[in-house]
Amino acid sequence: MDLVTPELGLVFWTTVSFVILLILLRVFAWKPILGAINERENSIENALLKAEAAKEEMSRLTSENESLLKQARAERDQILAEAKKIKDQIVHDAKEAASKESGRQIELARIEINNQKAIAMADVKNQVASLSLEIAEKILRKQFEDQKKQDELVKELLKDVNLS
Amino acid sequence: MERRSILNSKIFKISRIYAFFMLLWAFPALAFCQPKADESKDKPFDPKEAIFEHIGDSHSWPVFGKIKISLPVILYTDKGLDIFMSNNLHEDAVYKGKNYNYILEKNKVKIADDNGKINETKKVWDFSITRNVASMWFAMIILLVVFGSVSRSYKKRAGKAPKGLQSVMEPLIVFVRDDVAIPNIGIKAAKFMPLLLTIFFFILLNNLLGLVPFFPGAYNLTGNIAVTLVLSFIILLVINFSANKYYWKHIFTPEIPLWLYIIMVPVELIGIISKPFALMIRLFANITAGHIIVLSLISLIFIFKTLAVSPASVLFVVFMDCIELLVAFLQAYIFTMLSALFIGMAVQEHH
Repeated sequence: MDLVTPELGLVFWTTVSFVILLILLRVFAWKPILGAINERENSIENALLKAEAAKEEMSRLTSENESLLKQARAERDQILAEAKKIKDQIVHDAKEAASKESGRQIELARIEINNQKAIAMADVKNQVASLSLEIAEKILRKQFEDQKKQDELVKELLKDVNLS
Repeated sequence: MERRSILNSKIFKISRIYAFFMLLWAFPALAFCQPKADESKDKPFDPKEAIFEHIGDSHSWPVFGKIKISLPVILYTDKGLDIFMSNNLHEDAVYKGKNYNYILEKNKVKIADDNGKINETKKVWDFSITRNVASMWFAMIILLVVFGSVSRSYKKRAGKAPKGLQSVMEPLIVFVRDDVAIPNIGIKAAKFMPLLLTIFFFILLNNLLGLVPFFPGAYNLTGNIAVTLVLSFIILLVINFSANKYYWKHIFTPEIPLWLYIIMVPVELIGIISKPFALMIRLFANITAGHIIVLSLISLIFIFKTLAVSPASVLFVVFMDCIELLVAFLQAYIFTMLSALFIGMAVQEHH
């Protein structure tokens, strides 16, 4: 029975000591320790959250960069394509213009040539005429150098007139 | 529906724990019978006396062999206080105190006349600093020093990883917080953390020091009914003073047919006492039983008076010490856990 009979003295001292221990530990140990652990856990959690956010931000930036790059590339391609189209257009237009111009030039040349040819022909005709006149004059002069021949011609001519 | 869910969860777990400790109790009871049965025929060695001397309390603190530390004896009688050192107190001789003559009988201080005849009519209130009180203070100083330094290193290394003693204690503190207090009490856990931590470490350290077979350990504080009585009484007070209206409503006006009140209300009222009472008995019995087994096994050597028994004896003692080491942690945990559970039941909001 001794074993299960609480001794008053021990009950008293345990109560007093335990309550004092509880108060002392509460003030000097548990409050600061639990506070520090909580604080650290919070700061770790915050750090993790921040890291997560930074990672997200990073990936967001990367994807943004990528999309920007893609967009830029697409724009560049578009610009290139447009430039090519413009170039083709220009070349095409130039060609067309050139061919039109050359056709016109050719036409002009032809007209000019024709004109020149006509002028030349007229000139030639004039020359030929004057030449033939000259030749005829020279021949006539030669023919009519002696009197006899002239008389003969006149006689002949007169003969024609008589007939009429 | 709600009652069933409670049955399925917590109480079921408790019943399993109860069953487990009932098993543990059965053990020592068997082992304890043995040395008694094999009691030595020769008078000199009485294992029961030796064991109970260790299990119980004494007025001096044995250090080694016959060397003992004298402790103050504080006696309160109808004539007032009487304080003297315990080396004056003997079983066979009277000490003349200020008010009365004192003599030891079966480790208890009694008032006697000049010839050593005990006067039973006079009552003595013994408030002595006994071995258990001194050991308890020793353990408390260790606790204060350890957690004081841990607390200081938290201040010094704020926000950094724990180091040294701090890193040994932190998992235990966090364990008590995250696995004992918060699951059982919930959001109000923070309020009870200091109490639960103090109880946990107080029981744990005293359990462990009790296992140390030499000075300043080898005492049986947590296996002393007075100490467990105080601890569980504190829990009783905390439970009932922190209880909310749902707790009292559950006790006095449960939702049952009226005629059942005759049974239920007394049962619930007994429950108020029986919960801490179970805490008291469990801790006391487990620790005392462990000490008794170890001492009984050691006593076997002296009972048989032969060294031949010692290998078996020592082997079993080592085995028992391993179990006791487990029990030291387990009982500290169980006491704290059940305290948290009872507090949790009292402060839980009804939903």
